[in-house]
Amino acid sequence: MRFVDEFREPELISKTAEEIRRLAGTKRHYRMMEVCGGHTHAIYRFGLKDILPENIELIHGPGCPVCVLPMGRIDDGLSVAQQPDVIFAAFGDMMRVPGTQGSPLEHKARGMDVRIVYSPSDALKLARLNPDKHVMFFAIGFETTAPSTALTLMRAKAEGIRNFSVFCNHVTIIPAIRAILDSPDMRLDAFIGPGHVSTVIGCRPYEWIAQNEHKPIVVSGFEPLDMLQSVVMLLHQLRKGEARVENQYKRVVPWEGNRAALRAMAEVFQLRPYFEWRGMGFISQSALRLRDSYAEWDAEQRFVIPGIRVTDPKAAQCGEVLKGVLKPHQCKLFGRECTPEHPIGALMVSSEGSCAAYFNYEHRKAMASSLSSIA
Amino acid sequence: VSAPATIPAESAPIRFRDTQIEMAHGAGGKASRRLVEGLFAPLLFGNATGPLGDAAHIDIGGAKVAITTDSFVVKPLTFPGGSIGELAVNGTVNDLAVSGAKAEALVVTYVLEAGLPTSLLEAEVRAMARAASAAGVRIAGGDTKVVEHGKADQMYITTSGIGRPLRGVTIDPSAVRPGDKVLLSGPIGDHGITILLARGELDLEADLRSDTRSVLPLVEALVNAAGPGIRWMRDPTRGGVATSLNELARDCGLGVVLLEDQIPVRDAVRGACELLGLDPLHIANEGQFLAVMAPEYADAAINALAMMPGGGEAQVIGEIREQPAGSVLVTTLYGGSRIIDMLVGDPLPRIC
Repeated sequence: MRFVDEFREPELISKTAEEIRRLAGTKRHYRMMEVCGGHTHAIYRFGLKDILPENIELIHGPGCPVCVLPMGRIDDGLSVAQQPDVIFAAFGDMMRVPGTQGSPLEHKARGMDVRIVYSPSDALKLARLNPDKHVMFFAIGFETTAPSTALTLMRAKAEGIRNFSVFCNHVTIIPAIRAILDSPDMRLDAFIGPGHVSTVIGCRPYEWIAQNEHKPIVVSGFEPLDMLQSVVMLLHQLRKGEARVENQYKRVVPWEGNRAALRAMAEVFQLRPYFEWRGMGFISQSALRLRDSYAEWDAEQRFVIPGIRVTDPKAAQCGEVLKGVLKPHQCKLFGRECTPEHPIGALMVSSEGSCAAYFNYEHRKAMASSLSSIA
Repeated sequence: VSAPATIPAESAPIRFRDTQIEMAHGAGGKASRRLVEGLFAPLLFGNATGPLGDAAHIDIGGAKVAITTDSFVVKPLTFPGGSIGELAVNGTVNDLAVSGAKAEALVVTYVLEAGLPTSLLEAEVRAMARAASAAGVRIAGGDTKVVEHGKADQMYITTSGIGRPLRGVTIDPSAVRPGDKVLLSGPIGDHGITILLARGELDLEADLRSDTRSVLPLVEALVNAAGPGIRWMRDPTRGGVATSLNELARDCGLGVVLLEDQIPVRDAVRGACELLGLDPLHIANEGQFLAVMAPEYADAAINALAMMPGGGEAQVIGEIREQPAGSVLVTTLYGGSRIIDMLVGDPLPRIC
């Protein structure tokens, strides 16, 4: 399969792994954070930890939109859908995320009209097909998915579709990285930059990380070879004491980003003064809301929203895991009270959350003996 | 799922604590297993439960009989490569086949929604007749119930089957040993991805057909060529290969180690899975089976399948190890590895 197989080519991967071992040496310990949940998922899915030397530690970052969404927002969204003739539409990612009264899927089992959509425009299509119902799209995601929400809203406005609204939970990546770097217990050497987000925002927004914080950052693709090559690029910089923004994912990410997507976002969204991130607390100017010119399609303005706030159980150490201070299995609840089937903390919900990824792919491997090849 | 048939003297403790039934309880993964092991088995099978197989083998006055049942609630009713009627016949024939039995007769229950066009029903009854004739099984009887419009989704079909145990094969997870080979009959994920796309909710298209078929001819060929080497078989339907092999790993207390590049997956299935964030190992199949073979029989098994129509893509995809006990480990050519668990609920597309 093109664009996949060539980035999983065993010979190139072992060559790159060899180069990483050579560059990393044995004297120094490197802590690299992959910001994006897609990278976290890829690291576990492809077993990249087995390939990297022990002195390269990958820290899982905050870039999983489902994981950082406070439980109260889910309750708020579901409360709208409890009104008669409302269809709750969301990505598959959201469906198993628990609110205090259960996940969207559990609400569906109890009779709520919950639909999985693959894109916001599918939710708008639902609105066209169900003129006597109101379709509320529960929007999540970083800059990766925000432009498609924006374009869908522009189309709804242009076509005058009034039985459609968006409950907006879009967040932005840069303030989250800033919050991580401001955290006093955080010691990082470098960043593996988010690939998909950067297709939209480009590479410039990361320049302050290199210039002010003196941390190298390499925007990376999601295949094994992409990620290993990004580690090589980071090691080259770290060995020379440099801190630059580099783009490993050039086949997809333009340096300047996607201007059309950014224009659509600017047309529809404005920054919220602050927004709550699960496990990280309130971060200023870190999320998007609809502009007043789109008030008619803004679920938060059209419906009465209870504004529910839910605190995570004290024993859950999501914040520490999210910031990379603790490894998933070091949390007191990991694998006992908190499992992918019954998640307590958000990081256990999405397969991109570091706890779920660790649980699904890693934690029983500790018991596995060394693996010889199968004859 | 069926168990050794004994009449329970007293019920075992109920461990199922979920307060309501969710879709996940029917999805064939962890939640399904919890429901069966925690509620059905203790009350219906008592303390006599061994590992749960695809069909129960029982003794009626000295005659050995295999028996199983399966319900079909697929939507849409027809899809590229098959339809609900065909699935209903092949599904039960296959459950018997992988338990080591040849289906002899089926009985059918239709639950129909008032307002269902007769033409749809007729098409499915014809599909069942064709599939039964192809699989060499009689349909010996049936029952029909009609529920009010809106109380069912067009049509549900349940088939129950009895079969004659095949000579020279015993399915027993406790006979599985480290070093045994894991064999897969052909490419995975065709059925599940076909259904996902046929629902039309994803605006994706692929040249793909359901793999629904009777696997009995392949199983018979395997038994004839390598019967004494067969330890265990299963058809990886809901929950896919990963779920079936996790059940095996738990039942035998050993590890299953798979080589990812040996697992046959069509490009269209791989592509859809990459796009949707799904794992082919979790996707449903309706015309494939897994077998664990004693290593000295593995070559004979592959050769026997390769001679059969539809058996040319059979592969050894891994082997049984002591570790990781109770788990399934997938290894890649370049040295990475991951544990793959049972599916939790239905596979859902991931976007962000």
